[in-house]
Amino acid sequence: MIVVVDYRAGNLYNVGNALKHLKADFSFSGDPGVVAKADKVILPGVGSARAAMTSLATQGLCDVIRGLKVPFLGICLGLQLLFERSEEDDTECLGILPGTIRRFDSELTKVPQIGWNQVAWRKEGLLDPFAGQIVSGIPEASYFYFVHSYYAPSNNGSTIGTTVYGEEYSSAVVSGNFLGLQFHPERSGEVGLELLRRFVVC
Amino acid sequence: MLAKRIIPCLDVADGRVVKGVNFVDLKDAGDPVELGERYYLEGADELVFLDITATVEKRKTVIDWVRRVADTIFIPFTVGGGISSLEAISNLLRAGADKVSLNSAAVRNPQLIREAAAAFGSQCIVIAVDAKRSGNQWKVFTGGGRFETERDALEWIEEAENLGAGEILLTSMDRDGTQVGYDLVLLKEVADRTRIPVIASGGAGSPEHLLSALREGEADAVLAASIFHYERYSIAEVKEFLSKEGVVVRQ
Repeated sequence: MIVVVDYRAGNLYNVGNALKHLKADFSFSGDPGVVAKADKVILPGVGSARAAMTSLATQGLCDVIRGLKVPFLGICLGLQLLFERSEEDDTECLGILPGTIRRFDSELTKVPQIGWNQVAWRKEGLLDPFAGQIVSGIPEASYFYFVHSYYAPSNNGSTIGTTVYGEEYSSAVVSGNFLGLQFHPERSGEVGLELLRRFVVC
Repeated sequence: MLAKRIIPCLDVADGRVVKGVNFVDLKDAGDPVELGERYYLEGADELVFLDITATVEKRKTVIDWVRRVADTIFIPFTVGGGISSLEAISNLLRAGADKVSLNSAAVRNPQLIREAAAAFGSQCIVIAVDAKRSGNQWKVFTGGGRFETERDALEWIEEAENLGAGEILLTSMDRDGTQVGYDLVLLKEVADRTRIPVIASGGAGSPEHLLSALREGEADAVLAASIFHYERYSIAEVKEFLSKEGVVVRQ
């Protein structure tokens, strides 16, 4: 059973709709006991890092997530929360990955980034035993739907895909069983559904 | 590089698509779900549904079809029309809408923008502005274009951005329905003053009009209804044209 972590994040329902469409076995839960026993975990997220971390902490989910050994997918804010800190309200995050989430420079570009952009997949990701199952063979020219004001810098050891918006940043990261995607696969049309389908069957 | 977005718009009343629908091979040309799916499969980047249901009582059915649209399409969609409270926004987002568009209620009560952005995030709060030229400025209209207000459109857009709007859906009332092209002067004025994405609306009659809005008007996205509804151009044709002209689009 895939558990989609319910901590009142905005895009919970559409992640569920996509999983339903894929006929995946899933449930929503914010119960640490249920999340800890899941076969796979998806951490969705739209909104502020501070509010999300407060909810996760209140629900007793932080340590449970840190301790997961099963395939994990963080979407959008769910990627950002994997890092040590976010510049958004100077928030301490889960610290599974080293590094700090930064804000796009509104002098360089419009903030938030809203719309379809491409991901350059790095060979580290294609060769990774976990991430490779999800991202290898996805066409380079594919577009994915992004909505965000903050980003993970591209120069961290976990980067497996980069996107250019004003500057180059990490749009996909992996570390062990933790995969993070900055775009919304549940809103990225057929190619997004394909990524989710691969996560469901991996 | 971020692609320019092509966004078909569907007007819905009492749960049925009402304007400009002429698809030949649909089982039910008035079903927002079936039409939405059609555009999704044709390559639309997003969809906008404007609920123009006249009565509050009947508007309750909106949640039904929004939920069915969310079950069917896997690109972002916005729902607008008659939304005036945080509760209404919450219900639509929970039903699966990615964004809501606020118009008259935001003009009446600008703090709604701040409250909605704080509660749900700026990314899902689209402010729709119906602007009509009046002398050397543009005035804001409400009530689906029925009521003139004293507000200057450019000032209102700046205020909306400062209050937390995530995007501006800018309709030129002078051009809406004319199919002679978008109001490029208005678009450029707004583009020069805003740091959030602008969706151009009102006046599209050909792919060249979309190109001008994106290039000279510096819009981030173009909304169009009739050029797609009447199948004069498919979304794929429009994107191919734009791509050949050097515009980055998702194909």
